[in-house]
Amino acid sequence: MSSGTLYDKVWDLHRVAELSGGSTQLLIGLHLIHEVTSPQAFVALEDKGLKVRCPERTVATVDHIVPTTNQARPFADPLAEEMLSTLERNCSKHQIVLNGIGSGRQGIVHVIAPELGLTQPGMTVACGDSHTSTHGAFGAIAFGIGTSQVRDVLASQSLAMNKLKVRRLWVDNQLSPGVFAKDLILHVIRSLGVKAGVGHAYEFAGPAIDALSMEERMTLCNMAIEGGARCGYVNPDQTTFDYLEGRPYAPSGEAWHRAMRWWRSLASNADAVFDDELRFDAATIAPTVTWGITPGQGIGVDEQVPTPEQLDPADRPIAEEAYRYMDLTPGQAIAGVPVDVCFIGSCTNGRLSDLKAAAAVARGRQVAAGIKAFVVPGSEQVARAAEAEGLDQVFRDAGFEWREPGCSMCLAMNPDRLEGRQISASSSNRNFKGRQGSASGRTLLMSPAMVAAAAVTGHVSDVRLLGV
Amino acid sequence: MTQTYDFPHGLITKIEGRALVLRGDDIDTDRIIPARFLKCVSFEALGAQVFADDRKELEGGHPFDLPAHQGATILVVNDNFGCGSSREHAPQALMRWGIRALIGVSFAEIFYGNCLALGIPCAKASQDQVRALQDAMAQDPSATWTFDLETSSCSSDLGHWSMEVDPGPRDMLLSGRWDATGQLLSRDAELQSTLDRLPYLNGFCTNTADT
Ligand code: SF4
Repeated sequence: MSSGTLYDKVWDLHRVAELSGGSTQLLIGLHLIHEVTSPQAFVALEDKGLKVRCPERTVATVDHIVPTTNQARPFADPLAEEMLSTLERNCSKHQIVLNGIGSGRQGIVHVIAPELGLTQPGMTVACGDSHTSTHGAFGAIAFGIGTSQVRDVLASQSLAMNKLKVRRLWVDNQLSPGVFAKDLILHVIRSLGVKAGVGHAYEFAGPAIDALSMEERMTLCNMAIEGGARCGYVNPDQTTFDYLEGRPYAPSGEAWHRAMRWWRSLASNADAVFDDELRFDAATIAPTVTWGITPGQGIGVDEQVPTPEQLDPADRPIAEEAYRYMDLTPGQAIAGVPVDVCFIGSCTNGRLSDLKAAAAVARGRQVAAGIKAFVVPGSEQVARAAEAEGLDQVFRDAGFEWREPGCSMCLAMNPDRLEGRQISASSSNRNFKGRQGSASGRTLLMSPAMVAAAAVTGHVSDVRLLGV
Repeated sequence: MTQTYDFPHGLITKIEGRALVLRGDDIDTDRIIPARFLKCVSFEALGAQVFADDRKELEGGHPFDLPAHQGATILVVNDNFGCGSSREHAPQALMRWGIRALIGVSFAEIFYGNCLALGIPCAKASQDQVRALQDAMAQDPSATWTFDLETSSCSSDLGHWSMEVDPGPRDMLLSGRWDATGQLLSRDAELQSTLDRLPYLNGFCTNTADT
């Protein structure tokens, strides 16, 4: 059993009571809600005649269903309009702050909470969305929940939870140029498989993690869930504090200094005990691309699609399914696979540094003929910051579309979607069958720089060879 | 397809009914209920949409479409079922189709918790055992099985299999306390005192140095 880790400390701080049945009632410090998983929870709450316990610890935005071309109300899609107006009604009725379209603060929930300074070290964060693990980048314990649990948090500001095991993933050395946090996490998932993390929280630590920016740490923790770990986190350090300082919801004045002292004390102790530990070497990781239908089916861009013989027997059936679905041949090089659509955005890689990395590739180049390429900033703040730096123009000049913020083609709940058998190079997080809106659409996951490289060459390409 | 079933309520001890075998590892919630069906403010219509894309692809040959399986209540899957998105729409769709219990090698954590919150037990067994059980079930889809939470077993004329049910959830289901809201609300005084001592809700004043 773990002890002295950040996870243990935060767990203990938020423990309300032990429940019969062996679970623990855990207080939730920050509850983020959005239009997809909250409406039924509000109905269930009202059916029981209950109120929102801590509206001031509940924050809303709209992201999944918003169109990224024309955001004028009412939306063209009446179902999308109904979802947003339901959220608006619920928020105003229960006095919950809604960061709506045009507020300057709207965006993907996992992008806006950090940039507003809502997400802080030592908090428990819950949201009806599995990529809530993103917030662990700050040394918070953050996890996705279902709608019944959204109802529970609304009603009681707490959840019945079982304690997870804590696994430390220690990453030595540094990532090479052209290799990003996205490649690191795709490499981890490829190495351990998509279910290795079930029942675990992942602590990411070591020199390679220390060197990551906050945005990179968010990318890393975002995809912990794709490795089966419901939450992933990084211990708070000076990088964390520098990011938070001055943000709207961050403490200021005397409280800022008290906060930093407290936050430092939360990091896992030098003698902390982990349930287990695995080691990786950042220096050996190449830009990584998925070739299949689970995020674990990834390879270095300089590798070939694995043959069944190279795989563990247990992984062969899903690999066979993936060859068929993706129309890829075992042994085929992944570099050179032609793509139709290039998507840069999502809560994994829709932040300013992601757009900068992609723009560095796009600058002075042209999107290859016949390819649809578009960039969707993760939030209004990201969009305005990128525009202030002229990144929108760089993308437009190169032939990318520059869109308004939202989840966009990460999942098909808005007009952005694949059609037919189209294959996308995507900076998002899931390559499941049908994920991007066409039941036969195909997704290759990669870093934003790699997506830009695919856009300008027309096929999967090693961004390191483009001399950026 | 309007099927009306009583949704789970009260003590969950036994689920009787026909079984439905769905083979394959890593079946994610995007497949169980594709994202376009999440555009709704109520769960009501989801039953008919369960596995919509997979079913369309198989043109009537999908296990959820086979006539012999209509009305089945016990779903038997393989490894890492329900991975991916946290959407409770997935267990909601299964439940509204008629599923009341699952057996598999393992379940993704959020999916598992979502099922529990609806009163749907997820029992586990080894891959070999699950495969044997699936084979037995596939022999005769009309057989009636009893999923017994008290004895942690699943049995019919075709045989008897023991399964593993995590003790906490098992206890909650058997005693009818799987709907957590009531329990959580009953500890409001403790909740308030936890709120009162959390540094980040109280100006970062910690007892040690700064009070
Ligand atoms: S960007 Fe994708 S993964 Fe992230 S919250 Fe939106 S839909 Fe979910």
